[in-house]
Amino acid sequence: MTEQNEIKDISVVEPLIFELSSPGRRGYSLPELDVPQEELDALLPADMLREEDPQLPEVSEVDVVRHFVRLSQLNHGVDTGFYPLGSCTMKYSPKVNENMARLSGFTALHPYQPENMTQGALQLLYETGEYLKELAGLPEVTMQPVAGAHGEITGMMLVRAYHESLGEERTKVIIPDSAHGTNPATAVMAGYSTVEIPSNENGDVDLDALEEILDDDVAALMLTNPSTLGLYDQNIKEIAQMIHDVGGLLYYDGANANAIMGYSRPGDMGFDIVHFNLHKTFSAPHGGGGPGSGPIVVSDKLAKFLPVPVVSYDGEDYYMDYDRPDSIGKVHTFYGNFGVNIKAYAYIRSLGAEGLKAVAENAVLNANYLQESLKDYYHLEFDRPCMHEFVLSGKNQKREHGVSTLDIAKALLDYGLHPPTVYFPLIIDEALMIEPTETESRQSLDEFIEAMIEIAGDAEEEPEALHEAPINTPVRRLDEAQAARNPVVRWYPEDYAEDD
Amino acid sequence: MKYIPNTDEDRRAMLESLGVESIDDLFASIPEEVRFRGDIDIPEGMSEMELAKHIEGLAGKNLTTEEYCCFMGAGAYDHFLPAAVDHMVSREEFYTAYTPYQPEVSQGTLQVIFEFQTMISELTGMDVANASMYDGGTAMMEAALMAGRLTRRGERIVVSSSVHPQYREILKTYLHGREWDLVEVPVSDGVTDMDALTEAVNDDTIAVLMQNPNFFGLLEPVEEFQQLTGEFRNAHLVVACDPISLGVIRPPATYGADIVVGEGQPLGNPLSFGGPYLGFFAAGSRAVRRMPARIIGQTEDVDGRRGFVMTMQTREQHIRRERATSNICTNEGLNALAATVYLSLMGRQGLREVAEQSLQKAHYAAQRIDELPGYRLKYDRPFFKEFVVECDRPAAEVVSSLLEHKILAGFDLGRMVDGMDNSLLVAVTEKRTKEEIDELVARLEGLA
Repeated sequence: MTEQNEIKDISVVEPLIFELSSPGRRGYSLPELDVPQEELDALLPADMLREEDPQLPEVSEVDVVRHFVRLSQLNHGVDTGFYPLGSCTMKYSPKVNENMARLSGFTALHPYQPENMTQGALQLLYETGEYLKELAGLPEVTMQPVAGAHGEITGMMLVRAYHESLGEERTKVIIPDSAHGTNPATAVMAGYSTVEIPSNENGDVDLDALEEILDDDVAALMLTNPSTLGLYDQNIKEIAQMIHDVGGLLYYDGANANAIMGYSRPGDMGFDIVHFNLHKTFSAPHGGGGPGSGPIVVSDKLAKFLPVPVVSYDGEDYYMDYDRPDSIGKVHTFYGNFGVNIKAYAYIRSLGAEGLKAVAENAVLNANYLQESLKDYYHLEFDRPCMHEFVLSGKNQKREHGVSTLDIAKALLDYGLHPPTVYFPLIIDEALMIEPTETESRQSLDEFIEAMIEIAGDAEEEPEALHEAPINTPVRRLDEAQAARNPVVRWYPEDYAEDD
Repeated sequence: MKYIPNTDEDRRAMLESLGVESIDDLFASIPEEVRFRGDIDIPEGMSEMELAKHIEGLAGKNLTTEEYCCFMGAGAYDHFLPAAVDHMVSREEFYTAYTPYQPEVSQGTLQVIFEFQTMISELTGMDVANASMYDGGTAMMEAALMAGRLTRRGERIVVSSSVHPQYREILKTYLHGREWDLVEVPVSDGVTDMDALTEAVNDDTIAVLMQNPNFFGLLEPVEEFQQLTGEFRNAHLVVACDPISLGVIRPPATYGADIVVGEGQPLGNPLSFGGPYLGFFAAGSRAVRRMPARIIGQTEDVDGRRGFVMTMQTREQHIRRERATSNICTNEGLNALAATVYLSLMGRQGLREVAEQSLQKAHYAAQRIDELPGYRLKYDRPFFKEFVVECDRPAAEVVSSLLEHKILAGFDLGRMVDGMDNSLLVAVTEKRTKEEIDELVARLEGLA
């Protein structure tokens, strides 16, 4: 940015690491150079040498540690409190999984080591894939995508490869109006145009509307089931049939798979491609926005198009299969987020078949308990038992008291609770999308219920106070408009203007 | 039940309040025809002790870079990891948080990314960096797509064959659905063939993609690239680089780069069998609204305190849907934290020292190997920390023979480049000691 840092003389919660810098201070130690030292310009052409050092901070190790510990304390995480962010499955991440991912037998492996040195890693990847196949009810898998959206685009590239192999060129992808934003963005990135389809009065896909837009130009339907409304689509088999009848494929967005493990399998519903978010359903932590892992499981007819390499087993050894002439190619430089896959593997082996089913049961029970306890206080558009999440609306509070869903969300922060996902799905006015997950106890659910009821009361009695919320957080409401209008996206040294 | 706090009594009470008999009733909305009634074929669960033992067993089957002296690079590097890095990324408040959608309780994550963006801008010399991409290869692909958004016309992407072969594979895979043509320019004497490049770049060219140092460790003729792309208005110069190299080598902004990307793994992230890593992505300020992925901006709160928010979100999928600049949502946040902590610890002096030690040691190793009978340096060109050794036998044989001496001698280029079966790509970081390098040289000599 050419703009100088324009915000001056304001109070700060924690200085930037650059503002802690003091010339000559060091936070590292390296051994003395033990090979004969040459002049730099004897090793590199003088005109390729860096003239000016980057303005990295000069700080001690204790400065660094205190700075980042203090920063961490400004965050709310699952380990600090309830985090019912709908569609994100903010469940507890077991500690032993973290330890497993940090074993040097895994972290100190170079991706290009000969396969006879990495049999344990390959076995872990292979078996994780086997379990995901079982849960999806589909026969082939790749562990390469590193996020849900990455699985989505890999899947849509498989769709294209499949139709091309039949000599067909299809241009449309159908996406429900309740879908995650990644779905339409993915379809377009993969070179398709999107067609939006409305939900019916039950929150399911509107079959008549679907019928109307179906033709042999349809490449795929992207769907999550249960939907982002937390509802299991009653007509899923019929939908699958309709899509397949025109030669299209079904893509399953696995963001909501936590609801159905052991109860229903996307393959049985008729889906051809499934991605799982290992950082949602399989407990790998979200890391403040990654790293995730988004493996996809596919039907037989798509198997030969999977990205290379596919981790395979010949009965004796595990190996990377690159010999796949119909493959779409590669979607990640190496083999995906191996370290995240370890955590998912540990989770699956820790819980086992019964434990995974219990996850779905308790996730659904917790969500229904919250829905039932809150629906008298907030509008519930689809009043029927939900799966793992449900969507309330703050529209009554908005209309009657001028209290928006944003106000409600910010008020929750003052209770030490993370708000639900807000203003999504787009088809619900003033949406509050709530997903408690199975790792919350009845007590923590009750605390949330109590807070939500109090806020509903405050909306009636003192709505102004809610516009002021939050007041107990490290910072209060931030001016996002200013940030977008006049982007300050990096720190500049004080003498920057002169240097420039 | 593991990780599920509710007891049978809790469940009974909750079901009662719902007025249903059993949990099974809550699944009644699943039509019978798609209700799974079988047994999931996944082994029974394990206690924590059993689990740890089992997984330690799997880890124990691997032979690691702790036991084997690592001269393997080719896009993933064995640099020193200061202890404090892992302690910071192990802070629960960082790693159990989600994307910072509620900035009031996410200032930790947001400020870290702001600091990360600053550091990447400083390293590359560019104005703006984003919050991270999946890895180096996908970052380069996104740079090509962004170049397409920055220009109204043109449909040619030109990529040098000296770019990492897997980066080029990703590019091919993603560009398949578009009407663009991807032109690969051959390599001559280890670097981009400039005559061929000159021929390939035309008015129709959106982007020219290069890597510096390139896949073979060599410095590219960057000024020729700058001159060539300067002649064509639409041709954006995209440079992939090793962030460690930027401690000693001039930043791409100084030779005309429009977009700079790279693999951030060497900045404080373990090898981890190829992931999770992080891509970094930086560009000029005029391009900021066309950039993919999350960007954090500074602002202030209602009380006038400095704070940070996700900004220009109208580029992103959760707002813009089918008109987003990319579909990326989850990125590599925690790896970006590791990179930020690493760069804080190393500071300007430390990064330079890591870069210079890698440079010095790599050149010492190259010179010693070049003196051996049966081996020679394939290219007489400037390189940073990685170089190609031409052997008088297949490199695969060399690699497997040296494993007997607990040495990972390098990357057998024949695995990825046609006609390079006898070429070994050797990487030397600051972690390798003179003793280890001498041992590598001795064992190579013993083999010849």
